[in-house]
Amino acid sequence: MMAGSGLRFLVLILAVAICGAASVFQPISDSHRSAAVDVFLPVDGSYKSLGEAYEALKTLEILGIDKKSDLSSATCENVVKVLGSSSSTLKDAFYALSVNGILKCKTGEAVLLKDIVSQLQAGVKGAKSLLDFYYSVRGLVLVKEQFPGTVLSIGDAEAVFRSIKTLSQTDGRWRYSSNNPESSTFAAGLAFETLAGVISLAPSEIDQSLIQTLKTGILKLFDGIQKYDDGTFYFDEKSVDASQGPISTTASVIKGITSFAASESTGLNLPGDKIVGLAKFLLGVGIPGDAKDFFNQIDALACLEDNRFSVPLILSLPSTVISLSKKEPLKVKVSTVLGSTAPALSVKLAQAISSRTKDSSVINNQELKFDADSATYFLDSFPKNFDVGKYTFIFEIVLDDSANEKVYITEAQTKVPIAATGVISIENAEIAVLDSDIGSVESQKKLDLTKDGAVALSANHLQKLRLSFQLTSPLGHVFKPHQAFFKLKHESQVEHIFLVKTSAKKSELVLDFLGLVEKLYYLSGKYEIQLTIGDASMENSLLSNIGHIELDLPERPEKAPRPPVQSTEPLSRYGPKAEISHIFRIPEKLPAKQLSLVFLGLIVLPFIGFLIGLTQLGANIKSFPSSAGSAIPALLFHVGIAAVLLLYVLFWWKLDLFTTLKGVSLLGVFLLFVGHRTLSQLAAASNKLKSA
Amino acid sequence: MVKSTTKDAQDLFHSLRSAYVATPTNLKIIDLYVCFAVFTALIQVAYMALVGSFPFNSFLSGVLSCIGTAVLAVCLRIQVNKENKEFKDLAPERAFADFVLCNLVLHLVIINFLG
Repeated sequence: MMAGSGLRFLVLILAVAICGAASVFQPISDSHRSAAVDVFLPVDGSYKSLGEAYEALKTLEILGIDKKSDLSSATCENVVKVLGSSSSTLKDAFYALSVNGILKCKTGEAVLLKDIVSQLQAGVKGAKSLLDFYYSVRGLVLVKEQFPGTVLSIGDAEAVFRSIKTLSQTDGRWRYSSNNPESSTFAAGLAFETLAGVISLAPSEIDQSLIQTLKTGILKLFDGIQKYDDGTFYFDEKSVDASQGPISTTASVIKGITSFAASESTGLNLPGDKIVGLAKFLLGVGIPGDAKDFFNQIDALACLEDNRFSVPLILSLPSTVISLSKKEPLKVKVSTVLGSTAPALSVKLAQAISSRTKDSSVINNQELKFDADSATYFLDSFPKNFDVGKYTFIFEIVLDDSANEKVYITEAQTKVPIAATGVISIENAEIAVLDSDIGSVESQKKLDLTKDGAVALSANHLQKLRLSFQLTSPLGHVFKPHQAFFKLKHESQVEHIFLVKTSAKKSELVLDFLGLVEKLYYLSGKYEIQLTIGDASMENSLLSNIGHIELDLPERPEKAPRPPVQSTEPLSRYGPKAEISHIFRIPEKLPAKQLSLVFLGLIVLPFIGFLIGLTQLGANIKSFPSSAGSAIPALLFHVGIAAVLLLYVLFWWKLDLFTTLKGVSLLGVFLLFVGHRTLSQLAAASNKLKSA
Repeated sequence: MVKSTTKDAQDLFHSLRSAYVATPTNLKIIDLYVCFAVFTALIQVAYMALVGSFPFNSFLSGVLSCIGTAVLAVCLRIQVNKENKEFKDLAPERAFADFVLCNLVLHLVIINFLG
């Protein structure tokens, strides 16, 4: 046969290169299963509601965990009671049927199928909101699945379809009812499931154009998908006070589109990268703590595991650490989201980029071998120039399309952070005391840092201490550790830590005691020496007590800082600290209340004097106009002035300047008119008197 | 010498008093208003001298309100006084309207500054 009839590789390379953070997503594993047992099996043996029972039982069923039989019997009793009663709500009937689908309770004669069907059909006819449609239509679908042979019809399927369709919005989201203008993405998922139910109950009655508009609606909804930098996609509600979070909204949409794709024959083309992104989002949640989130996660992943548009495959690594000393292979697993085996494919390591040399790749296009027993791919040989450190490995999956019924989809490139560790050799470790001016060595000792030593040195404040060593990676390069600490600990428990710097050739620390005298608090005596070398890539990180050094430092002068008091209790630093006494501004001294009241009274006195004086002078209001035409403006004038003064009092008490200015301008205009009227009348009157 | 000075002072006082009695009533009312305003200001200053000027803006507000209204009243008196040739053509009602307007503006500012 020609080479062309060989393996055909169907490579679903995605258009979007995922250039975000590298991260590893793990499919559902046994840790999920054990957590599910804790979350979903109730302590007292029964579930609070049928809704909760359904969520718990469905999750346990998907994860393959066996349910306890006494739990099943208690729940079945509840199911039979709800299905047998004619007064149960649509929601209760729906959940009872859902639980029955999992537990397969023996319903017996108490439950008359006809009654349930007629209740659900009445629900469809009289449905006013999306949730009514959802419970009744999905209930009928469940009845059809669980009791095959039952004759049921949804009535005028096309009319039902259209009346549900009226709730859709142009941006792809749906409303819950025609009264409520708020639209939600979660409702979109419910709508898709409901419409899928309508199509499956009456497949030949629905016009293809309606189904086509629904498909465009789904694609519109996908335009509004949100994403994170690591390539995960999710759906979330746009309004701030939405009752559904991203997990439940994403799960609702996924359930909706999978049931829609399953119900109708022509394909639904959804963007593949977004499907993988949705799967990664749900896996990235980890193990949810909340029962509802757990159910939504597992249910949505079960929908993605086996659907008719594209099944996402996840590449995961059990361990992201390569140990160069142990020479174990790097293992890679490819599976579906729930951990089932993937179809035939090959995994290639496209690039391995070191964090140090970011542009060139150490490994290029290395194919991974497949171990059929454990269903893992592994890489066991690394090139000679593969040194310790941090790497980013870029994997590519190539699917073997020959025998696939389903369409699988993977990421174009999966970026995984890998750490390579190895044994770092330590050579030429020595410690020496040098004379400061000349630099000559007074005493020098070779060190073996792999075990504690008993080096005894002595120095005074005019000398220097030098520590040096060389760290080499397995490939012979100079190794610069993250942590290289040199600690001097005095007999009185006072500690000092110094950093050992690594240059291109070696690591060295020089302590000049002349400059450090103040830092050491002028404490002479015996200091313990401790060296710590550590790094993430170093398998033999060490902490070694080198020995001790006798330091002879001068006397402490008066003003030098004292060493901090070292408490004997090592954990006392985590205890309560000294109380902080805040210094507040001293409030101004206010005068005594009585004094203020006395002066308040005194202030009134001149006013009383004014009034008395007025009466003595014979002031009167005799010339207040008497005729109605002139009295009213005059009265309004005085009222206006009083109103302005009242406004000022209100301003002082409550209002702010801008409100007052608004009020003053209004009253001012009014006052202007009446004042002008009054005063011109008065002027006219006095002119008349003058001329007369 | 002292006796004559005292007698002169008394004579001066008496002549002033008799002259004052002749002034029109409306001017006397304005004078009384001015005295009332000034006295109120003096009492406020005395209070401040006693207890200290802690809310200084309030003190300023109070005193300047009194002084301001006194000044406006003096302006009104000048404009209304018939013996004043400079303001012969100005109607006293117009002067009063100015007085009211300026007082209202003054008190708006005072209330804002009072705090």
